Amino acid sequence: MTLTLRNIAKTYPGGTRALLPTDLDIAEGEIVSLLGPSGCGKTTLLRIIAGLETADAGAEIRFKDDDITHQPVERRKVGMVFQSYALFPNMSVRGNIGYGLKMQGLPRAQIDARVDEVIALCRLEPYAGRAITALSGGQRQRVALARAFAPRPRLLLLDEPLSALDAALRGQLRDELAALLRQFGITAIFVTHDQDEAMAIADRVAVMSQGRVAQIGTPEALYRAPQTAFVARFVGNSMPLGGRIEGSQLHLPGGTLALTAPSDGKAAFVRAEDVRLAEHGPLTARVTAVTFLGTHYRIALSGATEDTLFCLHQGQSAPKPGETVRLAIAPQSILILSPEKAAA
Amino acid sequence: MRIGKALQLAVTLLAAAFLLVPTIQSVLAGVTVNYFQGIRSGLTLEWIAVVWELYASSIFLSLGIALACLCVTLVIGVPAAYALARSPGRLSRAVEEFISLPLAIPGLALALALLQLYGSYKGFRMSPAFILVGHVLYTLPFMVRSVQSVLAAIDLRTLEEGAATLGAGPVRRFFDVVVPNALPGILAGALTVVTLSIGEFNLTWMLHTPFLKTLPVGLADSYASMRLEIASAYTLIFFVMIVPLLLAMQWASARAQRMSQ
Repeated sequence: MTLTLRNIAKTYPGGTRALLPTDLDIAEGEIVSLLGPSGCGKTTLLRIIAGLETADAGAEIRFKDDDITHQPVERRKVGMVFQSYALFPNMSVRGNIGYGLKMQGLPRAQIDARVDEVIALCRLEPYAGRAITALSGGQRQRVALARAFAPRPRLLLLDEPLSALDAALRGQLRDELAALLRQFGITAIFVTHDQDEAMAIADRVAVMSQGRVAQIGTPEALYRAPQTAFVARFVGNSMPLGGRIEGSQLHLPGGTLALTAPSDGKAAFVRAEDVRLAEHGPLTARVTAVTFLGTHYRIALSGATEDTLFCLHQGQSAPKPGETVRLAIAPQSILILSPEKAAA
Repeated sequence: MRIGKALQLAVTLLAAAFLLVPTIQSVLAGVTVNYFQGIRSGLTLEWIAVVWELYASSIFLSLGIALACLCVTLVIGVPAAYALARSPGRLSRAVEEFISLPLAIPGLALALALLQLYGSYKGFRMSPAFILVGHVLYTLPFMVRSVQSVLAAIDLRTLEEGAATLGAGPVRRFFDVVVPNALPGILAGALTVVTLSIGEFNLTWMLHTPFLKTLPVGLADSYASMRLEIASAYTLIFFVMIVPLLLAMQWASARAQRMSQ
């Protein structure tokens, strides 16, 4: 393992536990995303890895065989891209990108050569001589990435690198960022609250909730086999069905659904795209709202489950609000979590 | 409406004249051969030469003290402003108020306190350093506040964190990131300090010795003991030195203010 984290926790002086003891292993060249809602501890974990915050006693951070737990940030050789970029307004684009190399005490010629190389890699040639204030948000983001990458850090950390951009640009830069990170071939950890971003960029995603890692795995694994109710909801966009499981049947207010096999599970989940309108379906529900979204309709339904159930309906027309419809959910698309996992 | 405009103009001109006429008269007196005969007696630069002969040492002493004062306020004030900006809180506020205290105390009282405290150290009491201490106490808050307001407007912590992840230790961070970004505030503060130090009278008048007269103290001396023409010529020299500083100060403060918005 390139980066080994053991027993990383953070308690603030007031007693608030921002991060519960966490272990994490990251392999060479791997891109890992820390995904979670705000306040879940993901940024704290990233800042502890960077050395910008100190973990509670007992923590251990190793980079290969090098114990960096007590190393100050300036000696850790980690590159960091900040949410606000933190570019130096008193330096040009070149000055910013070359700063880390200058700190390494490299000769001028070597610095220039490396800066040129990184500028070309990040396609920043037209902006090299500009002042930071003369750049757009997307350009600043790339300069921040180039600056963090130029001194050849052993690890690249990115704190919500896309969140300062507007929505239209974010999608485009997300793919660019993913491509650049692959091209760099660097071990990277990036923090985000946006699951699409995490899925698009990362090899593995660590979903965090309330100060702990709820589940870590490939985007596919998290989506298809969530281990906790939180992951099912946050990553898989799954809705809890509620109801009562008896053998291989799920009893709901609007009817009874068949399961693939008898289960002693506790909580059942389903995704909106797996809820179908079916003339002879086992569930009865009333349409409360219909939203047309171009490729499909999003239909809100009440009566089938305790909460509102959503259905993504692809078709030329949709039922009207107030109508009663029948629904079907295929047994294999119902996800059952065991009692202990359902609580997490 | 037209009458209103005319009245406005008249009041403005009157106010300007109220301010400018004495100034012009004083300047003219300094270059008039004989003030009591008026301008008909002819114009001369002789009085300026006399002032230079009599008070050149005061001018150089003032410049020297102003520069020394600038150095001291830079060395103390910039790091102090940085420390206050980095850790805002109740303690910082208290320190800030404490530093600003000399502004609220009359210069005379401050001078008296310094005399009581250090008056018996003859060597120190007789040296320009004694006046310098007074000036530093008086000007330091201006430097601290000016730098602090610019620093408060930038995300200093994140900029420093950025520099730290790139391998910069605390000292490099201070000189590479903090100081360049605080420069407009430092410049505005520096000009204020120099201007105030050169023009300071209250405190300096109490602290000076017959051999150590600063520019304004010399001015008072010339008013009290010299011909009016000489005192006026002195005023002229004082103007020439202080007005460009005042203009530069205004420009720099405006710039620093724009930066911190």
